[in-house]
Amino acid sequence: MFSPSAGNTVIKSKLISRRMFLISAAKAVVMVGIIGRLVSLQINERSKYKTLSDKNRFREWKLAPERGVIKDFFDKEIASNKQVYQVHLIPENSKNIEKLFVRLKTILNITDKKLFLLKRIIAKQKPWEPIIVSDNITWSEFSRLNLFLHELEGVKPVVSVARMYPDNSSAHILGYVSQVSAKDLQTKKYLKELHVPGMSIGKTGLERKLDEEIIGEIGFQRYEVNAYGKRIKQIQINEGQAGKSFKTTLDFEVQKFTSELLKDKAAAVCVMDVYNGDIVSMVSSPSFEPNEFVHGLEQKYWNSLIKNEKRPLTNKTISGLYPPGSTIKTLVALSALENRIIKPLDNFRCTGKIELYGEKFHCWEKKGHGIVNLRKGIKRSCDVYFYEVARKLGVDRLSATAKKFGLGKKILNGFIEERSGVVPNTKWKKKFIGQNWYLGETLHSGIGQGYFQSTPLQLCLMTAQIANGGYEIKPRILFDEESNNLREYIKFKNENPNQPIPTDLLISNFNLKPLFKNQENINLIKDAMYSSSNEPGGTSFRHRWENKKFTFAGKTGSSQIKRFTEAQREAEVKQESLPYKDRDHALFVAFAPYDDPKYAISVLVEHGGSGGKAAAPIAKKVIKKVLERHELRQRANNLIGEQV
Amino acid sequence: MFRSRSIQSSLSIKDKILSLDYILILSIFILGMVSILAMYSTDGGELKYHTKSHILRFFIFFGMFLFLSFIQIRFWHSQSYIIYILFFILLLGVKYFGLTSSGSKRWLDLYFMNLQPSELMKIGLILFLAKYYHRISIENINQVRFLFLPIVVLVAPLILVATQPDLGTALLIAAGGLTVAWLAGVRVKFFALSGLAFIALLPIAISFLKPYQKSRILTFLNPERDPLGAGYQIIQSKIAIGSGGLLGKGFLQGSQSYLDYLPEKHTDFIFTLFSEEFGFLGSIFILFLYALIVWRIAKIGNVTRSNFGKLYCYSFSTAFFIYVVVNMMMVLGLLPIVGSPLPIMSYGGSSMMAIMFGLGIAMSCKVYKDTPVN
Repeated sequence: MFSPSAGNTVIKSKLISRRMFLISAAKAVVMVGIIGRLVSLQINERSKYKTLSDKNRFREWKLAPERGVIKDFFDKEIASNKQVYQVHLIPENSKNIEKLFVRLKTILNITDKKLFLLKRIIAKQKPWEPIIVSDNITWSEFSRLNLFLHELEGVKPVVSVARMYPDNSSAHILGYVSQVSAKDLQTKKYLKELHVPGMSIGKTGLERKLDEEIIGEIGFQRYEVNAYGKRIKQIQINEGQAGKSFKTTLDFEVQKFTSELLKDKAAAVCVMDVYNGDIVSMVSSPSFEPNEFVHGLEQKYWNSLIKNEKRPLTNKTISGLYPPGSTIKTLVALSALENRIIKPLDNFRCTGKIELYGEKFHCWEKKGHGIVNLRKGIKRSCDVYFYEVARKLGVDRLSATAKKFGLGKKILNGFIEERSGVVPNTKWKKKFIGQNWYLGETLHSGIGQGYFQSTPLQLCLMTAQIANGGYEIKPRILFDEESNNLREYIKFKNENPNQPIPTDLLISNFNLKPLFKNQENINLIKDAMYSSSNEPGGTSFRHRWENKKFTFAGKTGSSQIKRFTEAQREAEVKQESLPYKDRDHALFVAFAPYDDPKYAISVLVEHGGSGGKAAAPIAKKVIKKVLERHELRQRANNLIGEQV
Repeated sequence: MFRSRSIQSSLSIKDKILSLDYILILSIFILGMVSILAMYSTDGGELKYHTKSHILRFFIFFGMFLFLSFIQIRFWHSQSYIIYILFFILLLGVKYFGLTSSGSKRWLDLYFMNLQPSELMKIGLILFLAKYYHRISIENINQVRFLFLPIVVLVAPLILVATQPDLGTALLIAAGGLTVAWLAGVRVKFFALSGLAFIALLPIAISFLKPYQKSRILTFLNPERDPLGAGYQIIQSKIAIGSGGLLGKGFLQGSQSYLDYLPEKHTDFIFTLFSEEFGFLGSIFILFLYALIVWRIAKIGNVTRSNFGKLYCYSFSTAFFIYVVVNMMMVLGLLPIVGSPLPIMSYGGSSMMAIMFGLGIAMSCKVYKDTPVN
């Protein structure tokens, strides 16, 4: 049985060969399969795997660009950068993160809450991406960190730059920068490409408006790394590009001066060049500390800002809405003159109140102003006179003039916090309130109460456009922003002081857009404003400048918070005796110098009482400061070729 | 029978040398040179430990292969069972005196080298079964009682190796044994039945699998399941091969291996490294060399007259083919990572020794092709 016969052997050998043939066929099939796989990987999908291989091989670390600076009109940096000391951490370089954090806590001042947040970030991102443990440590912490660095694997001390604001006088208009939030990443497309951990972006004000350009271009370092993330060699470095710097029209000195004047008040001041619309000053008070926002806000400070009833975070110059009060009387009078409703010398008798359909409308002067014409109406701010004018004029014609002069619409570009206010008329009421207009409301509108809402900047623009003779200007805050200013016209006027030319010729030659039908009407209003500030009996007479150089023409106003009851009126209750929250807002608008207007100003003091008492003194001081610096400004203008 | 004995005795040294298969020898030698280049690349372009020891091993075992070629085929036939038993004892030795490395016990410390008997068993089993099926008559092959011994000699080492644990080698040993049985004419029915039994036992087998083995199988089914863990090797290997493209990244330029993305680049993933650096054309060249070797061994089976020689050469050729394609399909992501070296190319003394041993016996079948074995 164990010694096969010859025949047996042959049959067996044939069987073996037959079966081997089947196996060989199977081998060929497998071979083809392997070759096919090689073709698919190495030829068809080569580029895909090439990319993956490069992705393995190269790693990029992004570098945050330096933010551009913001300068004032005299090239002083009002939002600059300073060197800061930071602690970065690359999680994958640390063997034991928990232990590292315990050690770090003994060296740096880190709270448990912060550690918790850091751990959450680490869990979310790639292990080689650096996280910022602390973005602003003191020099002594920094040197201590360097001393213990050998114990802290993965930790990297970094000297970086961060936003720094020299003071908080311009905090509102500049805005502030802060860490990118998840919402920012969703809503701001330009951040998608740009985002680097630890980068700050503008959250409000100019910082936000300019963010896209001021932020710069990110740089990167590209390294070849091995499978353990160790950098083998640097392949490429791109430093990125610092953001664009911007020059504003603001005067930092005036900002500081004004800010000091408004300290502890809830107030706002705007100053504007009446010819080219340059905003010289824009201050809202109380202010906040913008530097606090740069490196993560402390809860305590945030709470104190939020709870403050004077609303320090609101930029009152463009976000605060107030009834314009008596400051609107300039436009009511102008509108009536332009529409030929009244003549300058038309008289009304003010007895302290009028009655309309049984409703009483009071003048602020209980005794009444007697016989009142236009000039006296503005000078004494007689309410009854303007009730009569408004009644004849009608609210629709008034609203047309008010809109023409810049009320009811946004003035600046790109400030999300700016509000447009309300210039009411019959259509507006129908649309937004759904009711018909009552005549009584026209009377309230005539003295700037009721539905009227405006920002201090709008009132400043209104005054500037009256002051420059009634021509439209386009306010600007950035020096290089387009502005249809009146410089050609002013140049011509300065060179040919004694050669008046007709208005229509002016318009065609200098591309002016007049807001009037008859310039004489503008002059009448300016004259009336002069009397209000500089003649006895005028509402701001006590705060005039005798010096011709500073003489201003203005208009007071107060916007009512609560209407007086008849009893209060009888008792002649003074504003000062009311609770703070019930007091009127004090307003004052003016232009100066009267002879040769250069600047317009608007002042608002929340709950300040009457405009004459609370707002005018502030305007007086600011006007002097601005005019004292006018020559400097002129010179700076000449240097950069903008002759005014 | 007498005549053939006289033929055998008349073989002179010169005849023997002339009857060697030089195409096979040359293919093996070229493959050895290529493997040295690849090893040099894994050492980052320096003549370091792996390269030096690979060169040494290749030449020692290549010499052994040539030497074994001149040993009488009759000797291999007569000593088959002894060789198998020797290897089995070595396997048992591993179980009690073996070296443990990264969780598995596979090696015997022989002072001059660490021997992995499971690699030798790949050849031992083929040798044993070749002799067994050579000796039983064709009528008895499909008798159940004659299936008993083959199953025992197949399963016994399998269990020892699988519990080391080394599933990959166990399966490759089984593949060699099953090939012999198939060639000898064991009916398809028996393979089907044992296949069914295997599937039935699979759940039990799975329960014996270590967690890492389970995860390897799951990972094979979906490599992206855990890209940084178990799927990492397959993904990185595919990236390396794919990024090689048509012509490769160039010698010593394989970024995947140079930057340590390739795991086990000396051993199981040596083909990946080569393929990354020499591209599609390089890979085809390697495939061609292996095909040549497989073909030449099978060809020896055609010319050798004894059924023992035929069974051995066909089986060894097929087993060799299986070792190659399993490794390649593994690194190409077509099979789970089971841990099987690429013959001759991979770093590892036992694998090299076993393959050269197997080749030596095959070559002996060529030299003594007309010699009857009993």
